[in-house]
Amino acid sequence: MQSTRTMEILVGAFMAAGLVALFFLAMRVSNLSAASAGPGYSLTARFDNIGSLKVRAPVSMAGVRLGRVDAIDFDQDSYQASVTLRIDAAYDQIPADTFANIYTAGLLGEQYVALDPGGSPDYLRDGDQIEHTQSALVLERMIGQFLFNKAQEDTE
Amino acid sequence: MGEGFPTPARHAAPAQTGEALAARDRSNSALVRVRGLRFARGDRVIFDGLDMEIPRGAVTAVMGPSGTGKTTLLKLIGGQLRPDAGSIEVDGQSIHRLDRRELYALRTRMGMLFQSGALLGDLTLFENVAFPLREHTRLPEPLLRRLVLMKLEAVGLRGAAELKPAQLSGGMARRAALARAIALDPMMVMYDEPFTGQDPISMGVLVKLIRQLNDAVGMSSIVVSHDVPETLGIADYVFIIANGKVICEGPPAEVSAQDSPRVRQFLDGQPDGPVHFHQPARPIADDLLTPSKQRGRGAC
Amino acid sequence: MLSDPLTRLGRSGIGAIAGLGRAHLLLASILGGLLEALVRPRLVLAQLFNVGVLSTLIIAVSGLFVGMVLGLQGYYVLAQFGASESLGIMVSASLVRELGPVVTALLVAGRAGSALTAEIGLMKTTEQLSALEMMAVDPVRRILAPRFLAGVIAMPLLAALFSALGVLGGWFVGVGLLGVDDGAFWSQMQAKVDFRDDVVNGVIKSLVFGVVVTWIALFQGYDTKPTAAGVSRATTRSVVHSALAVLGLDFILTALMFGD
Repeated sequence: MQSTRTMEILVGAFMAAGLVALFFLAMRVSNLSAASAGPGYSLTARFDNIGSLKVRAPVSMAGVRLGRVDAIDFDQDSYQASVTLRIDAAYDQIPADTFANIYTAGLLGEQYVALDPGGSPDYLRDGDQIEHTQSALVLERMIGQFLFNKAQEDTE
Repeated sequence: MGEGFPTPARHAAPAQTGEALAARDRSNSALVRVRGLRFARGDRVIFDGLDMEIPRGAVTAVMGPSGTGKTTLLKLIGGQLRPDAGSIEVDGQSIHRLDRRELYALRTRMGMLFQSGALLGDLTLFENVAFPLREHTRLPEPLLRRLVLMKLEAVGLRGAAELKPAQLSGGMARRAALARAIALDPMMVMYDEPFTGQDPISMGVLVKLIRQLNDAVGMSSIVVSHDVPETLGIADYVFIIANGKVICEGPPAEVSAQDSPRVRQFLDGQPDGPVHFHQPARPIADDLLTPSKQRGRGAC
Repeated sequence: MLSDPLTRLGRSGIGAIAGLGRAHLLLASILGGLLEALVRPRLVLAQLFNVGVLSTLIIAVSGLFVGMVLGLQGYYVLAQFGASESLGIMVSASLVRELGPVVTALLVAGRAGSALTAEIGLMKTTEQLSALEMMAVDPVRRILAPRFLAGVIAMPLLAALFSALGVLGGWFVGVGLLGVDDGAFWSQMQAKVDFRDDVVNGVIKSLVFGVVVTWIALFQGYDTKPTAAGVSRATTRSVVHSALAVLGLDFILTALMFGD
């Protein structure tokens, strides 16, 4: 049964090729290799305005990715956004007075959380809150401010 | 009418030994018993009050003009169609009361030769004949091979074992299908129009094969056909069906001697008679004289 | 006379509903026969050859070219915003989420689905299915179930092949021909394409398409009017219904998966 044998080999090759393609999509194309970095810990930060920050957005310090945004909630008491950050377990020496900003990657890019380290000897631990935050820049507000300043300059 | 059966030379050898006793008890009764069968396709009534008793161990012919539902009858006996009323008993079992498993068990003891052969197109002849054996038995390969080659030898196609169905002539395909139908040594084989479209030689081969298989192996045969001389030539018992009923039955000699006009018309092939040449219709003058627009649609 | 069009409308409506019913009954009995098919992997293997291996070439070539076109078109648009590094994201996200599963399903419906319909329809026309029944072999379990299983297995693999080759095609055009930075191409892609949201959802999509395309193909074949004209009509219907079902379902699935 020569032809059966050939068929078996070809089907086997097909299945292997399909699985390799799936593996390629998982490891090379998507962020599976980065996302499965293992356990981590959570921090919260309150922002007056998060702009268009999304869940799963990167959290970085000095441009290096430390974790991602885990959840975004609205706090009814303070009318602020409460953002939960999931930091990879390897990065466990973030100073307690670290500053959290929401920046935009490039002019049209997505927004992400950037952490600026403080000088405190204490480190943030699971469940802690980042006290110092700066909201996202809203383009309309910036333009409004710019025009307002310009108008003031002109009147002076 | 039940007395007229020719006594079969040998009983159908039951396939399962556990059923041997029961089969012997039933051996005097009919193999297939049809009672008050009614079957309709849409509005067209095909059988209405059909009664038949098909004897064991004999070649039984069911004849009738085309369109009388002879193939339908075989499908009803095989349990592929459900009757609207009446009952069909095969080997003492009421075929439409069986559950799936029982029906399939019964079908392994029936063979059917389809008009087209119905060989599986992507398998060789050998594999086609081996197919029922592979599906229903766990025979070791050497034994299976010997069995298949014997079946192919019986129909004279051992030399064509490695051909695909598409490479066979119509007559060879039908013989190959016959080898497949008898692969499991069934108690009965149903032949659907075995002679249609065959040249005289393969017709002769098929006639001989049907007779041989019936007598040598002791299986019962039901031949459905409208080829009068061939069928009368091999049948032990003949039914003629018309208008959904049996209009005549008996051994071939008796049937041939019948002088009922309907039987005579069929056997002698007269174009007009009790079975009309014309489909039922309104008088022709009405049809020709009325403009087409006013013809009622589907108003029966 | 007045009721005639109305009667016909009603009749075709009832016919369509009855067909839908028959299709679901067939699906139920196919699913009932799946276990039997799993026990006989040899039958599934043969069908994987027909559905999978024989579709590989068309899928691979189409995937490559679709990816290359995406690379070309995406580059021209993104370059206007100075964002040509995002080419990787654009190519891979559109392939993995949408084009991979959908185009693969359409191609499989045309290549393998029509062949399945014609094969089953021909088997019905030549009484092979009937003969199987008379040999006490259930054609749904013996013939349809392995084909169904093979279709469902092959579809996600073919879609993955399509997407992977598409990404490579986009990479070839973007990085190889148009000079996009190689590192940026891959790193931006990895940063934005999410495994669960994009890759897994894409696989789920193509699994659903695999079920639907194979099911429609098998049903159209099994439900064929047993004539030559019936088989050819069924083959056409199989492709048309599959394409419509895939596109319609894609919208629903996308709304369910990617809608917030």
